[in-house]
Amino acid sequence: MIVQAIAFYLFAAVTVGSAFLVITAKNPVHSVLFLILAFFNAAALFVLMGAEFIAMILVIVYVGAVAVLFLFVVMMLDINFVELRQGFQQYLPFGLLIGAILLVELILILAGSIAAPDALAPAASPAPSLDQVTNTHALGAVLYTKYIYLFQGAGLVLLVAMIGAIVLTHRKREGVKKQDSFAQFARRREEAVELKKVEPGQGIQ
Amino acid sequence: MLTIGLGHYLSVAAILFTLGILGIFVNRKNVIVILMSIELMLLAVNINLVAFSIFLHDLGGQVFALLVLTVAAGEAAIGLAILVIYFRNRGTIAVEDINLMKG
Repeated sequence: MIVQAIAFYLFAAVTVGSAFLVITAKNPVHSVLFLILAFFNAAALFVLMGAEFIAMILVIVYVGAVAVLFLFVVMMLDINFVELRQGFQQYLPFGLLIGAILLVELILILAGSIAAPDALAPAASPAPSLDQVTNTHALGAVLYTKYIYLFQGAGLVLLVAMIGAIVLTHRKREGVKKQDSFAQFARRREEAVELKKVEPGQGIQ
Repeated sequence: MLTIGLGHYLSVAAILFTLGILGIFVNRKNVIVILMSIELMLLAVNINLVAFSIFLHDLGGQVFALLVLTVAAGEAAIGLAILVIYFRNRGTIAVEDINLMKG
C-alpha cells in the first residue's frame, strides 16, 4: 500500500510539474518535451490504476504521434517565439484568477459530492475481475461487440482527419520533374521519331 | 492519505485541467502552445474517465477514453495542418494577426 502511495504521489507530482512547465517554458521545443514527460507520467498513473491498455495507447498515440507532430511543426516553422511571448505577464493575473476560480469550483464539487448508492449498481458494461481476464482482454471483449459502432465511428474520425490534413497541406509545385505515365503512354510514333533523308557527305541539319 | 482512492486521481485531473486553462490564457499569442494546452485538458478528461471506470468497475469509461484519444489525435493533426498552411500563406502565426475573417 505504501509503495502504491509513493508511486502515485511521484507520478502525479511529475505530471503536474511538467504540465506547469509546458505552459511556462520560454522555448516551444521545451514545451513539447515537457508535454511528452507529462504524457509518460499520466500513462504511469493509468498503469497504477490498472488500465494498462489505455496507458500503452496513450504512450503510442500521444507520445509517438501527437507530440512528434508538434515537435515537427515547431521545428519546421521559422517563427520568432520571443515576439509571441510578449504579454505573458500582462495576461498572467487574469489567467491566474480564472484558473483559481475553476480549481476551487472543481475541488468544491469533488469534496461536496456524495455518490448515490443506487447509482453505482447498474454498470453499463461491468468489468470482470482482474484475476480472470486481463484489462486488454476485457476491453477488447466489449469494444468489438457492444461498442462496435463507436469503434467504427472513431475509425471514420481518423480517416477524415487524415484526408483533411493531406488535402490541406498538399500543394502542386511548379518546376518539379516527375514521371507522368499518361503522357508516356499517349506518345505516338509520329511525334517521337522523324525519318530524314541524309545526303552522303553532308550530315544532318 | 496513504490509501489512494478516486479523489486523488480526480484531484490530479482537476489540477491538470486548470493548468490547461491557465496555459490558454497566458500564452494568448502562441497558437502552438494553445494547442498543447488543449491536449493537456484532454489528458485531464481522460484521467477522469479512466479513474471513474476503474473505481466503478465499468469498462464503458475506458472505451470513452479511447474515443477521446482518437478525437484528440485528429484535432491535433487538423490543427497543425491549418497552422502550416496559414504560415505558408501569411508568414506568421501570431493569434492577433489571424483576423482575415473579421470574426
